[in-house]
Amino acid sequence: MDVIWLIPLLPGIGAAVNGLLGIRFFSKVQTAVVGCGSMGLAALLSVYAFVQLLGSESRVHDVVVATWIPPIALETVDGIGAFAADWAFRLDPLSGMMILVVSGIGLLIHIYSTSYMLSESDAGYARFFCYLNLFCFFMLTLVLGANLLVMFVGWEGVGLCSYLLIGFWYEKQSASDAGKKAFLVNRIGDWGFVLGIFLIFFTFGSLDFREVAAGAAAMPIEAAEFGVISLICLFLFVGAVGKSAQIPLYVWLPDAMEGPTPVSALIHAATMVTAGVYMVCRNAVLFTHAPMVMTIVAVIGGLTALMAASIGLTQTDIKRVLAYSTVSQLGYMFLATGVGAFGAGAFHLMTHAFFKALLFLGSGSVIHAMNEEQDMRRMGGLKTFMPVTFVTMLVGTLAIAGIPPLAGFFSKDEILFRTFLHNRALWILAVATAGMTAFYMFRLMAMTFYGDYRGPAWENAEGDDHGGHDENGGHGAWHGPHESPPPMTGPLMALAVGAIVAGFVGIPAALGGSNAIEHFLEPSFVAEAHVEGGEVAAGEAAEEVHEISHAAELGLMALSILVALGGIGLAYRLYIARPELAEAWRARWAGVHRVLLNKYYVDELYQSTVVRGTMSGGRGLWRFDGRVVDGAVNGAGWLTIVSSWCSQLFDRYAVDGAVNLIGWSASESSFSLRRIQTGLIQNYALVMLLGVFVFVSIYLLVQ
Amino acid sequence: MLEITPTHYLVLSAGLFMIGVIGVMVRRNIIIIFMSIELMLNAVNVNLAAFSQQWQHVTGQVFAVFVIAVAAAEAAVGLGIILAFYRNKETVNIDEMNVMRW
Amino acid sequence: MAEAIVFYGLAALILGFAVLVISTRNTVHSALYLVVNFLLVAMLYVMLGAEFLAAIQVLVYAGGIVVLYLFVVMLVNLKRPPETHQDPRRQTRLGLALASALLAELAAIIVYSATGESAPAATAAAAAGADIAGGNVEQIGMLLYTNYLIPFEVASMLLLVAMIGAIVLAKREL
Repeated sequence: MDVIWLIPLLPGIGAAVNGLLGIRFFSKVQTAVVGCGSMGLAALLSVYAFVQLLGSESRVHDVVVATWIPPIALETVDGIGAFAADWAFRLDPLSGMMILVVSGIGLLIHIYSTSYMLSESDAGYARFFCYLNLFCFFMLTLVLGANLLVMFVGWEGVGLCSYLLIGFWYEKQSASDAGKKAFLVNRIGDWGFVLGIFLIFFTFGSLDFREVAAGAAAMPIEAAEFGVISLICLFLFVGAVGKSAQIPLYVWLPDAMEGPTPVSALIHAATMVTAGVYMVCRNAVLFTHAPMVMTIVAVIGGLTALMAASIGLTQTDIKRVLAYSTVSQLGYMFLATGVGAFGAGAFHLMTHAFFKALLFLGSGSVIHAMNEEQDMRRMGGLKTFMPVTFVTMLVGTLAIAGIPPLAGFFSKDEILFRTFLHNRALWILAVATAGMTAFYMFRLMAMTFYGDYRGPAWENAEGDDHGGHDENGGHGAWHGPHESPPPMTGPLMALAVGAIVAGFVGIPAALGGSNAIEHFLEPSFVAEAHVEGGEVAAGEAAEEVHEISHAAELGLMALSILVALGGIGLAYRLYIARPELAEAWRARWAGVHRVLLNKYYVDELYQSTVVRGTMSGGRGLWRFDGRVVDGAVNGAGWLTIVSSWCSQLFDRYAVDGAVNLIGWSASESSFSLRRIQTGLIQNYALVMLLGVFVFVSIYLLVQ
Repeated sequence: MLEITPTHYLVLSAGLFMIGVIGVMVRRNIIIIFMSIELMLNAVNVNLAAFSQQWQHVTGQVFAVFVIAVAAAEAAVGLGIILAFYRNKETVNIDEMNVMRW
Repeated sequence: MAEAIVFYGLAALILGFAVLVISTRNTVHSALYLVVNFLLVAMLYVMLGAEFLAAIQVLVYAGGIVVLYLFVVMLVNLKRPPETHQDPRRQTRLGLALASALLAELAAIIVYSATGESAPAATAAAAAGADIAGGNVEQIGMLLYTNYLIPFEVASMLLLVAMIGAIVLAKREL
């Protein structure tokens, strides 16, 4: 367990090797071995550490690697505090789960990428793996960090890697723009996060999560007034909103789909975007002391879920559908944390990581098969061409739709149930979202895999048995849609298994399970000092809730299954059974459709307000700069020239005149004086003699 | 007058010194001028020896030795300069040695 | 009485030869008169009880320096009389007058001060006269190598420098 610091370090080493040596010297095989090898070792270590964690008494293990910032005296609310930070890693149930998810899915996606990125040059391939490893390094640092500063290092690092990977194909204008957009939007969130960190230190005099939690636990719950903890939580939530793409900062995530598909799967679906949720869960004690912010979190989460899902209904780009689905599912997680169900949020985070990574990788497989085509309107009927992808994606779709007994069902249902207990309005939003999710996901499946093939024709009629064209780099003639090679289907199958079984760790009590995951995670959400009493109390409360409403919970489950099935059925009817009906509906609700298709015009709104405002502000400042500042500078320059001209006059006539006058007078006076200088030595001696004579005379007279 | 006191020597020395001075002042041959300087130095030495005898202390004579040493050095360098000058100007007339004028 | 006769004789000879040195037209004669002058001064030193000084005077002045002068006189092979050219601005008469006046003043000072204060000098001379009668070379040596060691060394260095300087100046081409 003491070696958990190695878990982030291994991908870091991999990134360094690939970045420093690989780009220049390595072949693709070597690069892949380094990248996957380091991730594999990290994954093994993660499993090892997690097993040890399960077997040990204590649920929290700290490893301090080094002192980072020695104590610095800084002002806090209690006077002067010592601002200090260590390179400290903490393994507890929450981070344990996260490292499993990150390293496990990270490994699968690394393997997938070895095949998916084959069409890159050797250098690009190494660069890609370098970035991917670097991302894993930062992500693992983020989840393992024992204090806010280490977490912030990871937080910024994953943001950097996200930027690098979205803009991986930087020759493409849209890709580099998307990278910049992601980076800039994230800055807003980071601003909040940093302010939150400052305020936490100012309030609690420490940045260690446990000490902060203990400090917060000792303070009263700010139910009525908006106190300092609420402010901290609001700032932290701003950070989470930026990173996890919630309203109003979600706009970067769909654009992030410009990056390679494995990146979308790993960073923009499974891991990085969940960092916000993770951070909120990490600071659960703080948030439970700020009920007002909890409400904000829940409302934002619910609204984001619904809004993103509704946009997803009409999108035609396969990856964008999945992107909005991700935003929507992240909204779910925030909804869960907002209603106090941190365990459920974390649980959904995990299951979502599995099935969303699966869906993204599946879509990558489809895109690959369609020769980089992403528009679903030009797909269709791919079921026969790529059966493995179809089946695994179907599993993922069923999971996200919430069909039992797949993973998504348990986690989503837990959220729905807890929301129902907390707030009915939000529950309705969530249920509607669940229905939309099922609909758009099956719309995606239908448009991609069912119906007739609508894509372009290919040269060779026997293209469907050219599954091996990836091996020669994909640059040859396209031979039609085909199943992907084993390095891509392998991770798909592994993730499909994960999407099926991941939910079993959290079977609710109502279905005879024990909801093991939430009990396991519980210690991470309560303050240290309160573990004995608090955990028992919380556990009892949860038990009580469950006791009361087992029947209701079962009813709700049935309802959500029905909603999901309704969505599926509608999708089937509109896109498989009677495609013309979809056209008719589209015509009937043309206005709504247009609004959804244009994503509620949010991008346009931002464009016309924030972007244009910034631009015009910038232009105004530029004009100000040009007119006033430059004018002032030029005026100053002109003044300098004029004054220097004046002083030049003064210099020439007064100063030089004085100097010349002195010289002239010296030469004039010397003209007469120089006659003394006869050059006759004896004249000089005579003067000397005269001097001696005078002195002796004086002596004589005085005497 | 018949008892020879240091005063007698001093007067003699002053006379010798003044003869030297007159030589320096009057003659135009630079070699003679140098000889006059030697005369003046000798007058000084006489002075020193006389005082040495008056105060019964040999320090005066030691200084006379130093004066002789300096005189030797002066004569060597001075005559070297004369030679060098003569080689260039073909003259030892001090009135023609006026190159250091303005 | 005898001392006075010798002194006055020597003094007259010294002054006479000195006048000859500065008044003779022939430079070689001038140098030879200088030798005689130096020898006479050496005798005066003997009278003053400064035997070492007298010896040095003969060796260095009469034997060395004057020979140097004679060499230079011979090297400076004058084709025309050296004193033909006379600068009109030289103040020969003023120089003579000043020198004479200064001599008078000095003599006045010496005589004036001697009449008042020669008594202690005489007593001191009488008191310690016996000590230096046996010769003062040893005493001079002691002083030179103890109290005046550093000036002595400096003087030797001066002579070395003068030697090198003279060689450098006199040599036609280095």
